[in-house]
Amino acid sequence: MNKIPNRQVICEVLMEKAKEDKEIVVLCSDSRGSASLTPYADAFPEQFVEIGIAEQNLVSISAGLAKCGKKSYAASPACFLSTRSYEQCKVDVAYSNTNVKLIGISGGISYGALGMSHHSAQDIAALSAIPNMRVYIPSDRHQTRKLIEHLLLDEKPAYIRVGRNAVEDVYSEENCPFEMDKATIVNNPSDQADVAIIACGEMVKPAQDAAGILEKEGICAIVIDMYCVKPLDTKTIVDTANRVNAIVTIEEHAPFGGLGSMVSQVVASNCPKKVINLALPDEPVITGTSIEVFDYYGLNAEGIAKTVRELS
Amino acid sequence: MENLKALSFELRKNVIDMIVEGKGGHIGGDMSVMDALVTLYFSQMNIRPENQEDEDRDRFVMSKGHSVESLYAVLAKKGFFPMEEVIANFSKFGSKYIGHPNNKLPGIEMNSGSLGHGLPVCVGMALAGKMNHRNYRVYTIMGDGELAEGSVWEGAMAASHYKLDNLCAVVDRNRLQISGNTENVMSHDSQIERWSSFGWHVINVENGNDIDALNQAFEEAKKTKNQPSVIIANTIKGFGSSVMENKANWHHKVPTQEEYTQIMKDLEARREAYLHE
Repeated sequence: MNKIPNRQVICEVLMEKAKEDKEIVVLCSDSRGSASLTPYADAFPEQFVEIGIAEQNLVSISAGLAKCGKKSYAASPACFLSTRSYEQCKVDVAYSNTNVKLIGISGGISYGALGMSHHSAQDIAALSAIPNMRVYIPSDRHQTRKLIEHLLLDEKPAYIRVGRNAVEDVYSEENCPFEMDKATIVNNPSDQADVAIIACGEMVKPAQDAAGILEKEGICAIVIDMYCVKPLDTKTIVDTANRVNAIVTIEEHAPFGGLGSMVSQVVASNCPKKVINLALPDEPVITGTSIEVFDYYGLNAEGIAKTVRELS
Repeated sequence: MENLKALSFELRKNVIDMIVEGKGGHIGGDMSVMDALVTLYFSQMNIRPENQEDEDRDRFVMSKGHSVESLYAVLAKKGFFPMEEVIANFSKFGSKYIGHPNNKLPGIEMNSGSLGHGLPVCVGMALAGKMNHRNYRVYTIMGDGELAEGSVWEGAMAASHYKLDNLCAVVDRNRLQISGNTENVMSHDSQIERWSSFGWHVINVENGNDIDALNQAFEEAKKTKNQPSVIIANTIKGFGSSVMENKANWHHKVPTQEEYTQIMKDLEARREAYLHE
């Protein structure tokens, strides 16, 4: 079982690159520990800015730095970053087109029992609705590394959500196919697949496992890792939809405005097929660890497999 | 040097034309803030079209973005774009001269319009200047009603924490906002105590429409070390014509033909007076 959370990988990549690139600046809002950024802050005090508990300030200052040539990485709990500082993300980052990468840590329901104030189940909907804002939700540590390495090469705004806990690998160090803004096909059984499962973030691993369960039952499932929620890889969605009878989407997000909504829009317009959206409910989620909560709502491999079985 | 006092009234006339042509604009605040803008752009800041990409240029963010008409007039006069083009197109369908600052236009660093953003953004710009050992200065102008935004004070806190003496904020203290007198809407008196308690060097300018006094204030700010400076510019909303002065309903108003004639006459009279001073 992998012990390295995605947030830690982000810190590692930034530490590697900050050695050579002095324009990289990491900012946090009293969140250096929860963002796994303490080693970075210790190693690069000149390239680290502590803002204190002030997420609006965090984002605006990041934008001001970026406007003067810095590459700003603003790390803060996704729940606060995506709502408390939403307007700063909209105006100072996206609208003003500043090179700020917004790192939403402990995203989704990572904080589990801390309750709805600490959950970011609306961030895909909120951030995706802003013009010039990209939204990425990597699935495992290998993909997270590739994503951050690519983001360091561009100068455009982006929001990246990662979870708090270490998650099982979907890929391996040797085998982690990655193309910027193109979905990764995790499982591609044959030309005659029955169903496609489109997932992002921590839901990709259960989707991969569900395909394994279904295969034993004679059901062929394509699994797609849509880490690039915006810009959405519509071509892969349409190509896949044309090969299957139905699509299941799964995400750690509210049932509205997230990956499922976006995939449904694309499929309905281009190649109508049945689409089932699995997501968190439209209510404060039950108290528990994220795994307990996922299990309760069927956001796991067995839940996906059950949904697929019920399709036929 | 050009007669800046006369210039401020010439530019006010351009603003009035812009607002009449575009059928809308934040006229009262445009008039109160004009002198601070003219002082910054024609006396203080090293910014002009030729050096707008220079890393050492001074930075300015119009935090009270609704006074964009004044900023347009100043930037046009500086040569960033033609004055006639702004007046003819302001706020019209498809125009690039929209009702709040947009950095697709030359001379504008950051988009604003939502209040309480300019100061924190300038904190970032000033911090970058310190990190890169650059000598540029960073300026922002806020409205007094804007000071009710909590984000202003987040920025104020960070600016003094990081000892940003390359940052100077201006408060256009015209004492009026949409709902009326600022002291009735949300009191803002005790500006000096408020900013001082946040670690800022406070410079109170009794007449914030006096360019000489403003220049002195900016010079004092430049000499202030280890802390950011704020200039409280006590201004008159609608300054330049008795038709508009100190009237809250001129926050956002288009003059009638009759009012237009009177306002232009008043502004021209003041311009003339300064020309021969």
